[in-house]
Amino acid sequence: MTRTVVTGIGALAANGLGTQEYWAATREGRHGLGALTRFDVAKYPATLAGEIRGFEAADHLPDRLLPQTDVSTRYALVAAGWALEDAKVDPASLVDYDMGVVTANALGGFEFTHREFHKLWTEGPQTVSVYESFAWFYAVNAGQISIRHGMRGPSSALVTEQAGGLDALGHARRTVRRGTPLVVAGGVDSALDPWGWASQIAGGRLCTGTDPDRAYLPFDRDADGYVPGEGGALLVLEDAEAALRRGAPDILGEIAGYASGFDPAPGSGRPPALRRTIEAALADAGVTAGQVDVVFADAVGVPELDRAEAAALGEVFGPGAVPVTAPKAASGRTYAGGGSLDVATALLSIRDGVIPPTAGTREVPAEYGIDLVRDRAREANVRTALVVARGLWGFNSAVVVRAWAPDATNDLS
Amino acid sequence: MSRRVVITGIGVRAPGGRGTKEFWDLLTAGRTATRRISFFDPSPYRSQIAGEADFDPVWEGLSQREIRRMDRATQFAVVCAQEAVQDSGLDFAGIDPARIGVTLGSAVAAATSLEREYLVLSDSGRNWLVDSEEWLSPHMFDYLAPSVMPAEVAWKVGAEGPVSLVSNGCTSGLDAVGHALQLIQEGSADVIVAGATDTPITPIVVACFDAIKATTARNDEPETASRPFDRSRTGFVLAEGAAVFVLETLESARRRGAPIYAEVTGYGTRCNAYHMTGLKQDGREMAEAIRVAMDQARIDPTAVDYINAHGSGTKQNDRHETAAVKRALGDHAYRTPVSSIKSMVGHSLGAIGSVEIAACALAIKNGVVPPTANLHEADPECDLDYVPLTARERDVRTVLTVGSGFGGFQTAMVLQRPTGERE
Repeated sequence: MTRTVVTGIGALAANGLGTQEYWAATREGRHGLGALTRFDVAKYPATLAGEIRGFEAADHLPDRLLPQTDVSTRYALVAAGWALEDAKVDPASLVDYDMGVVTANALGGFEFTHREFHKLWTEGPQTVSVYESFAWFYAVNAGQISIRHGMRGPSSALVTEQAGGLDALGHARRTVRRGTPLVVAGGVDSALDPWGWASQIAGGRLCTGTDPDRAYLPFDRDADGYVPGEGGALLVLEDAEAALRRGAPDILGEIAGYASGFDPAPGSGRPPALRRTIEAALADAGVTAGQVDVVFADAVGVPELDRAEAAALGEVFGPGAVPVTAPKAASGRTYAGGGSLDVATALLSIRDGVIPPTAGTREVPAEYGIDLVRDRAREANVRTALVVARGLWGFNSAVVVRAWAPDATNDLS
Repeated sequence: MSRRVVITGIGVRAPGGRGTKEFWDLLTAGRTATRRISFFDPSPYRSQIAGEADFDPVWEGLSQREIRRMDRATQFAVVCAQEAVQDSGLDFAGIDPARIGVTLGSAVAAATSLEREYLVLSDSGRNWLVDSEEWLSPHMFDYLAPSVMPAEVAWKVGAEGPVSLVSNGCTSGLDAVGHALQLIQEGSADVIVAGATDTPITPIVVACFDAIKATTARNDEPETASRPFDRSRTGFVLAEGAAVFVLETLESARRRGAPIYAEVTGYGTRCNAYHMTGLKQDGREMAEAIRVAMDQARIDPTAVDYINAHGSGTKQNDRHETAAVKRALGDHAYRTPVSSIKSMVGHSLGAIGSVEIAACALAIKNGVVPPTANLHEADPECDLDYVPLTARERDVRTVLTVGSGFGGFQTAMVLQRPTGERE
């Protein structure tokens, strides 16, 4: 079977606009969390967010795209552009049907939509934007990226809450395997307008603290919810042979394994799906637990969910047997963006031989039995990484990323 | 060799009747189910017509808690899923839940509940009330994050394998089934409850399409307003609906002696990379999607017995699609009946692709091609056989169904009667 590799990354998050800035901050555990500034949050029960600052859409996108795009779509368009640039892909030089786009978002273009709802109900239906019909729907990012870069191959948009970023990469790999040599894939989200904010609060998992240094503390004894962020990452996935043939400058690694599973209905008494999902992804990659050098955890920062994740990791790897990290503690949880941002981070870990720390977390309960990388980055020869993501209501996904080895004997059948 | 995938169960809720039989009766009678909007006062809107379903969640057996929690589109999906499971006769309890998946399509997902909650939160747009937590519905997040829809279906049918929402706008209903097809083919699941749902008849969605004049304003003739391929067509009629299927391998269906509606033999999708809402008139990308689907099904264009058209009834769609079909099928396009059931049940956005798959499966099973209602004088640029007004008996072994949507998505699927299967 063909092997699927990553040749380009476009990343943006609260602690870094662009891969270089993001990675520099992530390595140092520098977070980008703070009180939300887009509107007055004083009266809301949660006030902290991982907000992207200093992003001027007009600096990155043509004017004609500005009136028709929500902030989340602008991020997606910019991330896609960066990823293609990083991979040195000139879409015009490739066959249009040989390029696809697979995106994930947990949420739609809600800042835009909020405005249009307001116009509809205060000024009447005639004032609703001609762009509203597509600016908020969930396929908008895939469609806009496809149009901007002339990509006419199989494309899709998946919605699986915060597992979406990994599911997009899994489906992109499937699309590559089925014959499309290049797919731009990943997740991006943003919902930091008043409506999106109120809805996220209603979701019930946000941290209500006010000290950004002690707010989102995955696996910490004091964990008390997460801080939402915005952004994510889009990656260029390619069939390995096609990438080599076109002379891709850098192969960052291989998407070696993927699996997804869904938790049983609440109250069924059946075991959750995380452990078997991880095991299925490892099996799909043809690696044993012992070959995994680091786990990028989902790390919700809600005690019962952290405990369940630690338990699943313990069952698969044995207690404390593998370094675990959660760099999203520094970016905030970017919903569907989280999974693909973590895969990007794992690829950079492989490249630089370093595991970034989990910012903020100080004390991990002993019963969790995990070796959490804290305080500072850890040097390590990272060849194989596991990335885990979970979504509300029971979505579980796992991706295995492996250092690129052209002569690897596995998975060449 | 990838596994062969068949449809063994169908659940449908569409305008004009409850359940699969009433749906098929409506289509084969050529009756229309579009009417003046009754869910709210449509008079301030340009288009005041819709295909509304007479759906009663209590009658459908949902509990009060489920009705409170679930958006209308989720209710449709859950009801259709249960009906499909029952129809399939498959004993879900006897299958490892990790081998059962759910793939649901939807374009605008929980639009109805989003708008309802917006009106509460904003005091009908006048004031933003969320300063106080008491205004927050605990389900607000569910409406913002529509992955709850496949989750509800998964809980209902006991699925613990791959579960996802495929949201590709108006091709979602085809792509959700196509996604499920790929998962079963590659062995990621053995059984998938797949389909699509949309209930967009709510002011914001009506206003969206008003803004770009995609929907018809033929408000004085609601029953005959949806006129695909007709020279007098002026846009589509918004509708709601859902259709959900049980997909399993041909091998497992044969082993348990289950009746098979159809085999899904080909699926192709392309993007036009042209415009978020516009179509290039040459139909190139849709033709390519059709070619890919036929290629996968290993059929020649001459094998196609019936084409279920996207046929939305907008000026540009029907010409685009006619060009695409001719481009992909050559001369055979002129010898093949092509019809649009949107003339009868309207356009339920992300759901319609699955509703149309249901129509195709029933066409294969019953040997009848549904007509295009309201087609009295075809657009001269639409010169195929669109089966005007009256259903036609025909031995249908191979069906091609196509969809086209905002974002530029173009999808085609081939459904066939498995060899050796009687209708």
